[in-house]
Amino acid sequence: MERREFLKKCILVVAGASVPVSALTLIDPKKVFAENPDIQWAFLVDTNKCVGCGFCVKACKVENDVPLDANVSRTWVERYVYTKDDRRYVDSPKAALNGFTESRIDLGRGEFKDIDPKSVGKAFFVPKLCNHCSSPACTQVCPVGATYKTDDGVVLVDRKWCIGCGYCIMACPYAARFFHPVYNVADKCTFCYHRLSKGLDSACVNACPFGARKMGNIHDKEDPITQIIMNERVGVLKDEFGTKPQAFYIGLAQEVR
Amino acid sequence: MVGQIAQHAMEVHGEAWTIKELFTLPNEYIYWSIQIVMYPFMTGLVAGAFVLSSLYHVFGVEKLKEIARFSLVFSFALLPVAMMPLMLHLQQPFRGINVLMTPHFTSAISAFGIVFLTYASIVASEIWLVYRKYFVQMAQELMAKQSRSFIDGFRMMVFQALTLGAWDISPEAVEKDHKACKIMAGIGIPVACFLHGYAGFIFGSVKANALWMTPLMPVIFICSAVVSGVALCILTYVIVQEIRKYMARSKMARWARDADAPGAEELEATKHMEVMISSNYLLYFMIAAMTLEILDLIFRGYTQVKSWDILREVIMERDFFKIFIMQYTIGNLLPFVMMILPGRTVRRTTIATVLVLFGVFMMRYNVVIGGQAFSLSFAGFMDYHLPIIPHNFETFKEGLFGALTVVVTPFVLFYFINMFIPAFLKEETTH
Repeated sequence: MERREFLKKCILVVAGASVPVSALTLIDPKKVFAENPDIQWAFLVDTNKCVGCGFCVKACKVENDVPLDANVSRTWVERYVYTKDDRRYVDSPKAALNGFTESRIDLGRGEFKDIDPKSVGKAFFVPKLCNHCSSPACTQVCPVGATYKTDDGVVLVDRKWCIGCGYCIMACPYAARFFHPVYNVADKCTFCYHRLSKGLDSACVNACPFGARKMGNIHDKEDPITQIIMNERVGVLKDEFGTKPQAFYIGLAQEVR
Repeated sequence: MVGQIAQHAMEVHGEAWTIKELFTLPNEYIYWSIQIVMYPFMTGLVAGAFVLSSLYHVFGVEKLKEIARFSLVFSFALLPVAMMPLMLHLQQPFRGINVLMTPHFTSAISAFGIVFLTYASIVASEIWLVYRKYFVQMAQELMAKQSRSFIDGFRMMVFQALTLGAWDISPEAVEKDHKACKIMAGIGIPVACFLHGYAGFIFGSVKANALWMTPLMPVIFICSAVVSGVALCILTYVIVQEIRKYMARSKMARWARDADAPGAEELEATKHMEVMISSNYLLYFMIAAMTLEILDLIFRGYTQVKSWDILREVIMERDFFKIFIMQYTIGNLLPFVMMILPGRTVRRTTIATVLVLFGVFMMRYNVVIGGQAFSLSFAGFMDYHLPIIPHNFETFKEGLFGALTVVVTPFVLFYFINMFIPAFLKEETTH
């Protein structure tokens, strides 16, 4: 075959093949399957209302198949105690699964610190969960695209495709991810997507007896949660990473990381 | 389902070797353990061995001819082992192929398979070009034999296959091979550097990790890769030459009984020259690697950004022994001094290469494990305890024995590869 001939045929094959390939892009499965593009879920935590009962943690674990005894959790509550001599103590024993029933602080390695209630300056609880960031670091680094952001703003993991490399766990600045002890793939809060899509509240929101956890559609200007986020002073965790978290906090102390 | 699972007391991945101290977030563990230390270490060896072999093939450093050919074959033996630690650390190893099926290109590791395979094919084709003449000669020799044993029959088939049907070994054809080989080696250097710089990028781009995140990471990784690769080649070369010397003396091997086989003295002389020259290159790359590593450290200490408080405690206090004594003093300074002091001998250089390898391993360890030694809360620490006696498969593969398996494999592979692609050949058979 002549070189000219060969090149001609090559062009023909490429041109011919590109037609069916371009047809594939005409139907964007994302657009077809997006149930509700007008929705963008956001979370609102009122730290002033949290008492550290841990109901949210328990509800989450039961709802989402995360073993109760496993030392990982999709959501957890942190306790911050500041003494009057300006020392800071933080703990979250068993992710606050059973709440904070003891006044002593868990220092890890089986050590505890008793704090005299009279010496306490301020103390508060901070519930945490996946921030479902607008530009998530975790989905960026997944080598197989097993974790992704839905059109309504929720970051999910495909348990059937995750290879378990742990890169997303490393990339998350909030330590919201872990390896599921049963499925051995990356796991994280889904905002209870299975409940949201049925019009229900997520398990933790439902379980919180004090209304410290709420969810709303940030694209809906009339939504009471959106109203709070827009009109009140709210903060997000670790904004320096540029991930644009979608979990907003009322009464966030700057020491909370 | 929920009830069943919920009743079980479960051990989470990472719990077996992580000890938490003060305030660490509930989901934090040392998820990337010893296999991820092995991964950049082994990839570094591959890249470094290849760079050493290219010094001869591309830049025509004639004196390195023998060690260059040896390094090329050895880097081929190391290649599959660069993949091994990754497979051993995956929670779903059977899905590893997904990376090639649905690569998600915003991820720094998605292209690993592609870069790795590109590199592997470059090394393979370079070896083929270097050894084609030998394959043809061997195949012809075996085919000419009147009666063949079963083993010879098998060898003949392998050599016939290895020629890939290119039987022309006229001087012109061999000269063409030589040229093509030079081009392949030339392409190979940037690809080898990319392969390893890429491993550095995987760590350097994790913005959540205060210790890892620095643009210097890929460059540091490349320099230390070359250091470790050259060191390992020198070490293995010296060991293999010692074995050959012993064989030449006692006429143990088949080649040693040939009339024109190199004698023990001749082998000793070649070894001395090759080791001396390649250890010079080792020194140059060591200077570059150390400069960059120390620059990174000084820069962090000088700028003192938010993370410095916790990093200082990890670097200067908790990991002080591992970083400053084991890595910098024993692994860098000591071998450096050993090699620059006048009257350098092969024995001293060989001991220095062992220390250099240890130093580079400790550098990988301190980066990978050290980067996970502190909590994202900046208020707690995690201590890594290497599982030694495994109590399940996970503690085996991510423990001492898993790491040792990775270390031993390239030598086993080299033994078998060497049967068909001998690293040491008489002058005229290859180029």
